[in-house]
Formats: sequence, structure tokens, C-alpha cells
Amino acid sequence: MGIRDWFRSKKRKHQAQKYRIGMEKTRASVFNRLNDLLDSNTSIDDELFEDIEELFIMADMGVDTVLDLVGHLRRHVKTKNIKDASQLKDVIVEEMFRRYVRDEIVDTNLTLAESAPSVFLFVGVNGVGKTTTIAKVAKLLQEEGKRVMLVAGDTYRAGAINQLRVWSERVGAEFFAKTAGSDPSSVMFDAIEEARRQDVDVLLCDTAGRLHNKKNLMQELGKIRRVIGREVGGAPHETLLVVDATTGQNGLSQARIFNDVTKLTGVALTKLDGTAKGGIALAIRETIGVPVKLVGLGEKLDDLEYFDIEEYIYGLFADVVDDG
Amino acid sequence: MAFDQLSDRLQMALRRIRGKGRLTEDDIDEMMREVRLSLLEADVNFRVVKTFTREVKEKAKGERILKGLNPSQQVVKVVHEELQKLLGGETSVFEPPSQKPMRIMLAGLQGSGKTTTAGKLAKFLQKEHGLKPMLVALDLQRPAAIEQLQTIGRQLDVPVYQEGTQASFASIIDNAAAAAESESADALIFDTAGRLHIDEDLMEELKRVKEMLEPEETWLVLDAMTGQDAVSVADHFHGSLGLTGSILTKLDSDTRGGAALSLRHVTGVPIKFMGLGEKLDALEVFHPERMAGRILGMGDVMTLVDKVSENVDEDDMMKMVEKMASGKFNFDDYLKQLRMVKRMGSLSGLMKLIPGMNKMVKQANVDDGQIEQVETLIHSMTKQERKKPELLKKSSSRRRRVARGSGRRVNDVNRLLQTFDQQKQAMKQMSNMDPSQIDPSNPMGALKGASAKKKPKKGKGKGKGKRKGGVPF
Repeated sequence: MGIRDWFRSKKRKHQAQKYRIGMEKTRASVFNRLNDLLDSNTSIDDELFEDIEELFIMADMGVDTVLDLVGHLRRHVKTKNIKDASQLKDVIVEEMFRRYVRDEIVDTNLTLAESAPSVFLFVGVNGVGKTTTIAKVAKLLQEEGKRVMLVAGDTYRAGAINQLRVWSERVGAEFFAKTAGSDPSSVMFDAIEEARRQDVDVLLCDTAGRLHNKKNLMQELGKIRRVIGREVGGAPHETLLVVDATTGQNGLSQARIFNDVTKLTGVALTKLDGTAKGGIALAIRETIGVPVKLVGLGEKLDDLEYFDIEEYIYGLFADVVDDG
Repeated sequence: MAFDQLSDRLQMALRRIRGKGRLTEDDIDEMMREVRLSLLEADVNFRVVKTFTREVKEKAKGERILKGLNPSQQVVKVVHEELQKLLGGETSVFEPPSQKPMRIMLAGLQGSGKTTTAGKLAKFLQKEHGLKPMLVALDLQRPAAIEQLQTIGRQLDVPVYQEGTQASFASIIDNAAAAAESESADALIFDTAGRLHIDEDLMEELKRVKEMLEPEETWLVLDAMTGQDAVSVADHFHGSLGLTGSILTKLDSDTRGGAALSLRHVTGVPIKFMGLGEKLDALEVFHPERMAGRILGMGDVMTLVDKVSENVDEDDMMKMVEKMASGKFNFDDYLKQLRMVKRMGSLSGLMKLIPGMNKMVKQANVDDGQIEQVETLIHSMTKQERKKPELLKKSSSRRRRVARGSGRRVNDVNRLLQTFDQQKQAMKQMSNMDPSQIDPSNPMGALKGASAKKKPKKGKGKGKGKRKGGVPF
């Protein structure tokens, strides 16, 4: 099946989906410009390549990735002797598809332990939306019939514990907290005991936001992870790095260091309903090898979706190919 | 610290032309290609990069520069000037208006750090301007946002006005004015809910809030780790609210800081402050010139001097200097000195402010944890030992005891003694040295054999080259 056919079948299948709606702004701002660019240019020259480069950089895809991609385009144009700029559309989409979709073997489902409880740990820098994401995941899991407990592991930020408590009430999940300022590892320890007593299936553990370049805070996180692993075999079953879609290339640095300390199993990309392109997710996958598992597409509790790379690429390029 | 990676890459680009006696236009083009990439990698918006590279090229290729003396230095100067321009040119000094109470409204995306910044600002206005601030909770959206603000208010002993999450903005704003009067507060800081810049309803709401408030200052709070989208965010907020300034947060991360360079260019309003940590005093005035110098690895002596004079008592310092010069320096003094340094912030952060030291920080692998280690070691010494370091040098059983007492190894004690000796020597040398002979590009050159770890900032801090530093051109 050719790329165009694939796109058409996707289009029929998914037109009404939230994904597409959520990413409307993203598409409108960048990738429509790709269309304009390729339609308005008839000849292919250095300037066009530089413009394409900038477009992708604007999506926060990372300079290295983009240079590599455009390098491929340059070679392709040369060997295939392409003269018409609009022909580049297919080449670009095909290349994105080849890179990110076809070799997709990564399972983006959340891993649950064979016997309860499962422990999910949420980590990330300050202000990315960890607490909100936890509430959304709780809702998702409860709809799948799981008994969920939210664990207030952010004992540092003022109001963080109550923020999670309010969410637990809204989604009707169990809630565990100690007093503000408690050692987060001990919160985890006690929460696991409590979860066993209450037959909880999944613990969703919040942690304080921390900048990845703060050594002692990262050590604290390492300890949290070790304590969880000691109390529940194979835990944490998911360690999700929450990344704000507006994050620039710093996202790579975040992913690299958090992965070193807590061995990430996936990324939750939040705030993708803005104008940010979330290209950093592609960069993280390509350079660190950690897949995006969840995306946040709005402020409401059910605005969380399992990430589907095909959907994402489709979301980015739908108009480019449709119009072509 | 922020900008490090950008700084490295830019310096690499500039090194291509450094020391060349003659420059051609091709040299400049080649350098600027690198500069362009390093800026793009740092998340500087591509349009801003375009303008920047065009302007630097035009100026650098001018007759006067290419044919003039020291063309490479001149080009570096052009880059520095343009970078400073990009960051806003002159420092935007915050002056509270004469009419009180003044009102500051903070706005921004979710998670940019508005609530924490509101607290930091309150502290800043208290400390620097002697104002009596009051925090007003207008974030009725995020669960527990009000509680967060109240906790911060308690920590600072600053009143917080709130009416829960069900009240109308109009009523909160009205009543806040009355509350300010009864608290005799003269600076009101309004914390609003985070929102996406493209959420038309919420932006409309914010606009209405602003109309009701009529604040003297409306500041955008932006996360310094933001990518290309920073421009779109700033643009939208500025369009709806008419900003008067902005605050960059989380600059203590390792972000390459492109947002900082785009922000000013897009909005045309100055960056007023920067957030440098989670503590409530981690807010500093943003100085474009110093920042540009720091990015190009030229250090930032002005900030260093500020920090020293803010945190160090001059009498203490003079006594210390005398002791150093006379060679009577002991572990008690050493401890005192360490504490002074600690009050000024992280050691590695301080060292980077010194021209030419940026590289050395990495090479010397300065570890801020070491200060703590040294403190524990000294704490494990007897009073006598602290006064007479020779006692420790002579007796291995004393050294073993100190090691045991501090939970470290004997080796650590030995190393401390060694460093201490080196420093003592270095200080003696320095007290005989003429400050004008310090080469700004290599301030360590004057200190052969001295420990690269602690001394240099003392040399500067002592007031030797006070206000003489500046950018070494």
C-alpha cells in the first residue's frame, strides 16, 4: 500500500478522532506552511532546503535529526533527479513514515504486573503536568476496571499534596499521603503497604518536579525507585517521564538524565493541544530510544490518549498529503 | 547552568576566527554558519536567528572591521553587541510607581512557574524596595493553587488574599483593594491561572481580568526551557494583554536558553527578572549585558562583585585578608571563608562569573558537594587542631580520628591538609601581587601551583580588582 493510500484509509478511519482535533493548531501553524512552501517554489535549490530545515526545526524536532532528514532529501533529489518542488511532499512524508512508523515495534501499552499491585512512577521537571497526568491515567485505568491509588510523593511543593487529593476525589480513586516535607521514599513504602491491605491494583506515584541537573534531587529520585523495587518485585512497572510539548531541545537532556537515574519505560507528552508541535518526542525516541506512550490533549480528565505514532505523523501531515 | 551548551558551541564557532590576523568574507560566512546552527540548537526561534545572523554579517563585513586592527576581536565584539541587543540592550530597572498601592499581574502557560514567581517577587519587593506586598489568588482553576499561594505567603510572612474558587473575579479584585488597605499593603501581586495562549475563551477572560485590575505591570512568566513555541506564546499573550515585561523561570536548568533570546525580540518588552531555583529568594534582575558576556564565556564580574558585596561583611573580609597575608590563616578562618562562599550560591556557578574560568570549572570538576565535605571534616577537628593545623600534620592518629569522626577516609583528611597548604601559599603570593598584572583571559596564570578549586574568587572578591573587571576587550 502506497503512502497516499495509507493516508486515505487513515483519513476515513480517524477523521472524527480527538487526536486530529487536538492537533489542529499544530498542523495549521507549521505543516500548512510546508504546503505553501512546496507549492510556491517550482525549482529546488539550496534556499528551499534551508526553508524546509527551518520548518522542521520549528517543530522542535532537533537540529541533528533535521539536518539528517534534509540531507536525505538532498540526496534523494539528486539521485532521483527530481525537479519539481511539489514532488518533494511525498518524499518527505515517506521518509518520516519510514523513520518513525514502519520500524515501529515498540508497544505503547502500559505494562501491568502479573499479580497486583502494579506501581507506576511519574517523574519530570517542574511544571510539566505530572499531577494532572496522574489523574488522567487514573481515570483511564479505572475505566478498564482497575482499582487505583494515587500516592502523593511530591512532599516538597506547597499545595502539591492537596492538588492530588482533589484529583483523587474527582476521579474516585484511593489516595495516600503523609505530611508535607516527609521523605518521599517513606511515602512510597507506606503507600505500598496500604495498597496491599486495600487490594489496590495500580499505584500511581507522584514525585516532586525536579530539574535534571540537580544532582541531589536526582539521587533522591534514584532512592525512591530503589525503595519501590525492593517492596514490589519488578516495580516500578512503568516509569513515565512527563514532558511538556512546548519543551525545546532541553527535552533531550531531560530524557537522557532521567533515564540514567530511573530507567524510563516511556514518555507522557502533555499540552499537545497548544501550538507546540511536540517534535521533541520524535527526537527523544530517536536519540534516547524511549517511546512516547501517552499524550495529553486538553485540560479535561479524559483528554489523555495512548500515543500512536501513526496518528501523530498523520496528524502532522494530513493536509500536506490530502491536498497534494 | 542555563546557556552552557550554547556558550560552548558559540565559543567554538568564534574560535574559528580567533587569532587570525586577516579575515575574509568567507571566514565570516563560515563562522556564521556555525553560529546559526548553535542558536537553532539552543531553541532560538528561527526567525530571530535569521535576523541575528544577517545583522552580524552585515556589521562584521564592514570595511572598518575587516581592514582594521585585530579584525577577529572586532568580530567577536560585534557578536557580543548583537547578542546583548537581542537580550534587550540595557538592563530594565524596575521602579515602583509613586502611586500606591501598585498592582502587578502575572500571566503565562500552565506550569511556567507563576505561583512560585509571585512569592519570589513579593520577597524581592520587600527586600529591595521596602514595599509591603500582598499576594492575591486569581487562579481559581488548578486544584490547590490557592493553598500553594497561602503556604508561600506564610513562609514569607506576606498576606494572601483569596475568596476560594467559586467567587467572581470582580468581587475578588474589589475586595482585595479593601484588604490591601486594611493590611496597609502597597504592592499587590495577582497570580492568575495558567492557560494556553490559543484558548480563546480563557484569553478573553484574562483580558477582562486585566481591564478590571488596571495593573501598572503585566508580566509574562515563561519557562526558559520552552522551545520554538516560545515565540507564539509570547506573541499571543502580548497581543491580548499588552505586556510590560517578562520573567524567565527555571534558568537554573541546563537549558540552552533560546527562549530568552527570542522572547525580547518578539514582544519588544524587556525581560525583567529570572528565576534561578525553587527557593523563594532565587530571583534575580535580568541584565542583558552580563548575560551576553556569560553566553560568550566572558564571565560576569559585575554579578560576582554584586554577590560578594551583598553577602560578605567588609570588616570580616578585611580581617580575613590580613590573616591571609600574614600567614596566620587557620581552619577556623577557612571554615568562615567557606561559609561566605556558600552564602553566595554554588561554587561552580560563582567561578563561571570570572572571565576565562568557564572552561576551568569543567576541567577542575568543581563539585559543590565538596564544600559540605570539607565542613564536616573541619567540624570533626578539636578547637586546638583548628587553630594549629600543624598538629594534624604531625600526628597520624589525629588524622585518623578526624576521618572517623567525619565518616570520611584518612585520604580525605590528607587531601584537605594539602589543599589548605596550597591555598595558604597562594594567598601569600597574591597579597604580594599587583592586581593590574592579572591577565583577564587567564586569571589563574598568576597563581601557579595554587589549587584551582577555591582561591580565585577570593582574589577578586577581596576587592583587589573591584569594578575593574568588565568584559575583557
